[in-house]
Amino acid sequence: MTDFKCPECGYVFSEDAGDEHEGYPPGTSFQSLPDDYVCPDCSVRYKEDFEQI
Amino acid sequence: MYALEDGHKKTIIAWHESTGDHAMKGYTAALPSGEAIHYIDRKRWFWLLSVFYPLQPFLGIWLHAETGNQAWLLFPLFTGYVVAPILDMILGEDKNNPPEEVVPQLDADFYYRLLTYAVVPLHFVTLIGAAWWAGTQDLSWWAFLGLAVVAGIASGLGINTGHELGHKKSRLERWLAKIVLAVPVYGHFWIEHNRGHHRDVSTPEDPASARMGESIYRFAIREIPGAFLRAWAIEKERLERRGKSAWSTDNQILQSMSLSAVVQLGLLIAFGWKMIPFLVVHNIFGWWQLTSANYIEHYGLLRLKDENGKFERCQPHHSWNSNHIFSNLVLFHLERHSDHHAHPLRRYQSLRHFEDLPSLPNGYFGSYLLAYVPWLWYWVMDKKLLALPHVNGDLDKINIDPRRKEMIYRKYGSPELSGPAGQQ
Repeated sequence: MTDFKCPECGYVFSEDAGDEHEGYPPGTSFQSLPDDYVCPDCSVRYKEDFEQI
Repeated sequence: MYALEDGHKKTIIAWHESTGDHAMKGYTAALPSGEAIHYIDRKRWFWLLSVFYPLQPFLGIWLHAETGNQAWLLFPLFTGYVVAPILDMILGEDKNNPPEEVVPQLDADFYYRLLTYAVVPLHFVTLIGAAWWAGTQDLSWWAFLGLAVVAGIASGLGINTGHELGHKKSRLERWLAKIVLAVPVYGHFWIEHNRGHHRDVSTPEDPASARMGESIYRFAIREIPGAFLRAWAIEKERLERRGKSAWSTDNQILQSMSLSAVVQLGLLIAFGWKMIPFLVVHNIFGWWQLTSANYIEHYGLLRLKDENGKFERCQPHHSWNSNHIFSNLVLFHLERHSDHHAHPLRRYQSLRHFEDLPSLPNGYFGSYLLAYVPWLWYWVMDKKLLALPHVNGDLDKINIDPRRKEMIYRKYGSPELSGPAGQQ
């Protein structure tokens, strides 16, 4: 399980924790997020912009 | 402005010259070179203007009460659309930026945050106060409607307050955004703007980005329903992922709208049927403030698609800016819009000016006046749009209203500048 960080605003998508508010349960892989996923906090970085941390 | 105090310490003044006022709070940080800098935000206390500016309807009410002349109720229209543009012209622009080294301290300074919190209840007070006056005084129809317009404009400023708050990560600020957006009945804005507009800005897909050749009136018809539908779709999708109905109590649009219903029904019960026309006019003019801002903020600007078919990331040249100091001080720096779109979470006190950005001819209020006269707006702005360095006369790099495309290509297109499309 890995964390992925938005390079613009620092939002972290944790595969372990998921993101309950956004409707992604714990254990959601980053890969499985929709192709048009954008950072839920700043909306200006796309899925492919996220950095694995 | 930089002024060396001594060999080791540098004082950076944020606004015009130093007055030697050492009572102002300063921030000290180290430059990468090891040199210490001391920064004073000269605009610190002036940000209070953003807190008090929405109280203007009370100025009209007070003058009416003092003189008995109902025309004073319209006075905020004069301050907003005559005084503010003139002050912007006279006071001019402020191009100073806080040094990056002190931005973390500036962002952490609770004072700036407190101002955005403080203005939230004032928006409710303004609406209720104006409704009370409209509901209890014997006003002519024009003064009654004028007061509703003035109150609506003040509540439209509440969308600006909600905008600043809604971009932050803290639960408190997000909740305050939803609460203040209840005043102009624009609870969907928080989702629409953050998740929709910022994602799609300056693309033909964005209902909140105006196209070249599109008048503000046609834009409003596309923007107001388009923004609501996009917000609803985004929220519905989120709730579906959580296995909930769009009509659940977790729907963030409905949370804010419920508060709007409580406030507006309360006013109806308190002041009777007169509140129906008052609130309709108030709400429409509140929304109109946002429409006006959206219209001028991205007019004609276009993000191009990259090799993967996705729009390029939003760059500073995808927003129109204004550095005019007065209107920035009453709008929590909203007019430094390029930095806002490039870095949406950046706090208002830290937003920066950059050279060579698309620049509006006046602050927002003066620019709104231009926009309300479409031919004048096109006459001023179309030339500016075509002259932008990244456009350089190329119509293929502009977001053009499809209905006006042929006319615009005929007027401005030339085969060598705009490629095959220019020959249509």
